[in-house]
Amino acid sequence: MSTSSAPMKLRESPAFKIALSLSIATGLYGVSFGALAVASGFDFWQTMVLSLLLFSGGSQFAFIGVVAGGGSGVAAMTASALLGLRNGIYGMQINAMLRPGGWKRYVSAHVTIDESTATASGQSDPDEQRRGFWTAGIGIFILWNIFTAIGALAGDAMGDPKQWGLDGAAVAAFLALLWPRLKGREPWAIAAACALATILAVPFVASGVPILVAAVVAGVIGWFSHARLDEGLEPDVDPYAEKHQREHGGKK
Amino acid sequence: MNLWVWILIACALAYLTKLVGYFVPAKLLENPRIMHIAGTMTIGLLASLTVVNAVASGQGLVLDARIGALVAAAVALWLRAPFLVVVISGAGAAALLRLLGWG
Repeated sequence: MSTSSAPMKLRESPAFKIALSLSIATGLYGVSFGALAVASGFDFWQTMVLSLLLFSGGSQFAFIGVVAGGGSGVAAMTASALLGLRNGIYGMQINAMLRPGGWKRYVSAHVTIDESTATASGQSDPDEQRRGFWTAGIGIFILWNIFTAIGALAGDAMGDPKQWGLDGAAVAAFLALLWPRLKGREPWAIAAACALATILAVPFVASGVPILVAAVVAGVIGWFSHARLDEGLEPDVDPYAEKHQREHGGKK
Repeated sequence: MNLWVWILIACALAYLTKLVGYFVPAKLLENPRIMHIAGTMTIGLLASLTVVNAVASGQGLVLDARIGALVAAAVALWLRAPFLVVVISGAGAAALLRLLGWG
């Protein structure tokens, strides 16, 4: 059997391998989403609908985070929608890269998230971009939902969420989502300004609204910003972390 | 209104946002201002959500076990721990501090 003329096997595709390990890493933290959602007062099916239909980690955490803090449904919905704005940019990038036609467009839109976009963008060969995007998108979708269900069921069985420090887990989750985006001075300044605006707003407005105050501050900064274009548009789990580390390893 | 309604609206908006990218002319979204706002909005909202969950309690600001979670998570991230380890560190720190009788 000759392999030289055969199309590349999936197992041998670098994008496929990266996408697969990324799917596992990202899917796993669906456990924390499921457990936190239940601890925040969501029932099993509300939690599952967020993972199945909303399917964007940051926005899902935002929705339950606002509700957990006593915020209203409309504030939760607004925070989640604003945090999802970047997915529109990703959609444009993937559309330009892969040009999906017909029904595929509607499926690829659903799995257009930080990680699938980052996996595709890191490849230069169009076939590899396609493999990376679909493997990461569908792989994460399946695992994220399985692990959300496991987390929700476990959270239900745990009893008092505070005793297990689940409110601390939420703080850690948001910091972990923010962390990879704090590259350089301007992102730190934006984060600090928005954190300060939030703290100043807390005593004066209803729960959930301080987050929207921070969104306005962030929007104003963005309007006048001259920073690099992809700022804040980094994946939660960097598919090419090892490569990046190798490239910058000598400078430490 | 029922929480279910807001969940479903949020789901619809999330999907439509993604879909818009596939249907609007690339030129429109390639506008640097829109790209910047999408980026700063992400950073700003996540920073805000972090502090709200760390120190807000209704309309009050309190220092309790959640601050320990914030510090533990920052240390874990600084040590390049994976996401799930960071989350578990945060939970562990808050649970431990409560066990010791603080917050």
